[in-house]
Amino acid sequence: MASDRIFGLVCLITAVAYIAAATQIQTNLFSGEFLPKLFPLLIGGVAALCSLTIMFKPDPDPDWPIGRTWAAMGVAVLVLCIYAVMITPLGFILPTAIAAGILSYQISPNVKPAIAAGIGLSLGLFVLFKFALGLGNIVAYKVPTAAKLWDAISILIPFVGH
Amino acid sequence: MDILANLALGFSVALSPFTLFLAVCGCFLGTIIGALPGLGPSNGVAILIPITFTLGLDATSALVLMTSVYYGAMYGGRISSILLNIPGDEPALMTTLDGYPMAKQGRAGDALVLSGVASFVGALLATVGLMLLAPTLARVAFFFGPAEYFALYLLAFCTLGGMASNNQAKAALAACMGLGIAMIGVDSSSGLPRLTGGNLHLFDGIDFLVAIVGLFAIAEVFFFIESHGKGSSIGVKLDKVRIPWKDIMATKWTMLRASGVGFIAGILPGAGASLGSFLAYMTEKSIAGEKGGFGTGVPKGVAAPEAGNNSAAGGALVPMLTLGVPGSGTTAVLLALLMTLNITPGPTLFTEKADVVWGLIASLLIANVVLLLMNVPMVKIFVKILSVPAWVLLPGVTMISFVGIYSLSGSYFDLLLMVGFGVLGYILRKLDVPTVPVILGILLGGKMEDALRRAMTLSDGDPIYLFSSPIAIGLWVAAIAGFVAPMFLRGVLKKPPAVTD
Repeated sequence: MASDRIFGLVCLITAVAYIAAATQIQTNLFSGEFLPKLFPLLIGGVAALCSLTIMFKPDPDPDWPIGRTWAAMGVAVLVLCIYAVMITPLGFILPTAIAAGILSYQISPNVKPAIAAGIGLSLGLFVLFKFALGLGNIVAYKVPTAAKLWDAISILIPFVGH
Repeated sequence: MDILANLALGFSVALSPFTLFLAVCGCFLGTIIGALPGLGPSNGVAILIPITFTLGLDATSALVLMTSVYYGAMYGGRISSILLNIPGDEPALMTTLDGYPMAKQGRAGDALVLSGVASFVGALLATVGLMLLAPTLARVAFFFGPAEYFALYLLAFCTLGGMASNNQAKAALAACMGLGIAMIGVDSSSGLPRLTGGNLHLFDGIDFLVAIVGLFAIAEVFFFIESHGKGSSIGVKLDKVRIPWKDIMATKWTMLRASGVGFIAGILPGAGASLGSFLAYMTEKSIAGEKGGFGTGVPKGVAAPEAGNNSAAGGALVPMLTLGVPGSGTTAVLLALLMTLNITPGPTLFTEKADVVWGLIASLLIANVVLLLMNVPMVKIFVKILSVPAWVLLPGVTMISFVGIYSLSGSYFDLLLMVGFGVLGYILRKLDVPTVPVILGILLGGKMEDALRRAMTLSDGDPIYLFSSPIAIGLWVAAIAGFVAPMFLRGVLKKPPAVTD
């Protein structure tokens, strides 16, 4: 019950914000005054209606995971985000080994197999992509500079990055 | 004999040694993808699209490879259904009902081979149906103007929301999410950015591949973290695999009927393979009656959903190829593949790009035969692959997804967006909001808006134009009926409960 009401409310706010953004869409002579706004406004309207329905007719709550699992998932999201920005300055092998190792540990908490999985996956996929599929330019390894590393990590910090 | 001439053209395109090699690779890879728990046809194909794209294959080769993977994954899904009682994707759910009990009786090998043959029959008949029906439908589709297309897209969203989910409002909301995301980017007519919030990365719009891989593959990681990878051990033994001729002969009518039912369910836009396997199973169950013993591990209960499922997957290609409207999640991913290869499905596809269409149909037939030949002797190898532990598999899938998406644009922004879609996918699936309409919305949003805009320009802003032809009115009625009717039919169309140990 509560989950659906919160979900409906979040969606309703998003839908209203979407409608507000849609009314501000810039137009010019080629597109006409109204046409670029029409479909986004329709979508926003239907979405708002659906959100209200969900709020007033909620389904039973799903089985949410316990606190520790949420923490594990939070760590996983953070790791994936850092991995996403680090793959450019650091290349494929090192970030992949670390990220895959941590994910593996989150799924099954045994240290040694997780380390093995991380290193094995990283090297195995590197060989697969570079030598079997010829995608060496994508999985190349790089030696980073401190400035490039800071550039990459600052993307994730609000108001600092670009 | 127009069809035979076209088919000859298709085989001349698809039957070179290199494409045959790709078909075998694709079938092998696809069966593995389908067999692994947590990886189904949709996410398997989705992860492979960007990688195929970067490999620089030409359109026909890429198409052959990916359709083999798609059909292979449909085949492979039954392995985990029968041996682990875990359906690889939703259509495979019905196979667990009789497949798992049959495996527990010590007839795992028989069940696997029988379901393989049933898949073959279903897919073969559906491909034949596709050849007969699609060109005719393509001719009808020439009468479609913007008003009809708008109504058709609406129909796809309504039936998808109506049939494939438990809550209409949630399905419609999911469709709106997808459509809303599709609006982001530079507007084609004015050349000005829309809804980007000034972010330069968003000017190109959000690539549907990023969304598909995020919603289907990355979200899966969170589910495995939640469950700690439990419940993926093989509980039944697989002895020597023989071909159960007796069972195959005994279920031949079941397979034929199930293929017919599945094909019709597959053609309906938005309904897809889940409905196909469900209807096929339920039809056979009611024909067999109480004495049939459905649910206790009878061969007919294995053959029916598998034939229906694969036949529906073929049937879903009919609206996808002729009208550009996919019938299910997996065909939506295939549509994404075609769009990546710069092939626009629609009525003109059959006349202007006949070699691509018939090459695709020929490669479906080839993939089907390769799969049957591969599956009977090699089923033991595929079963071995099931024992890959989740803590190696899921990180591996994630890393492959990252490389695939990174290879699209080389930008960290797409990767972060993909992680975001992964989180969204987890939350949506937890709340029982279907994710397929989101994908469909992102894929079709641009075209649906285009149809609406052209209709409004033609009619000078008069909304009545949207209901101006009999075809359009028919589609609107079908759309509303498809959305509303399941609310009343839910009691009748109740799914049988899953088998528990």
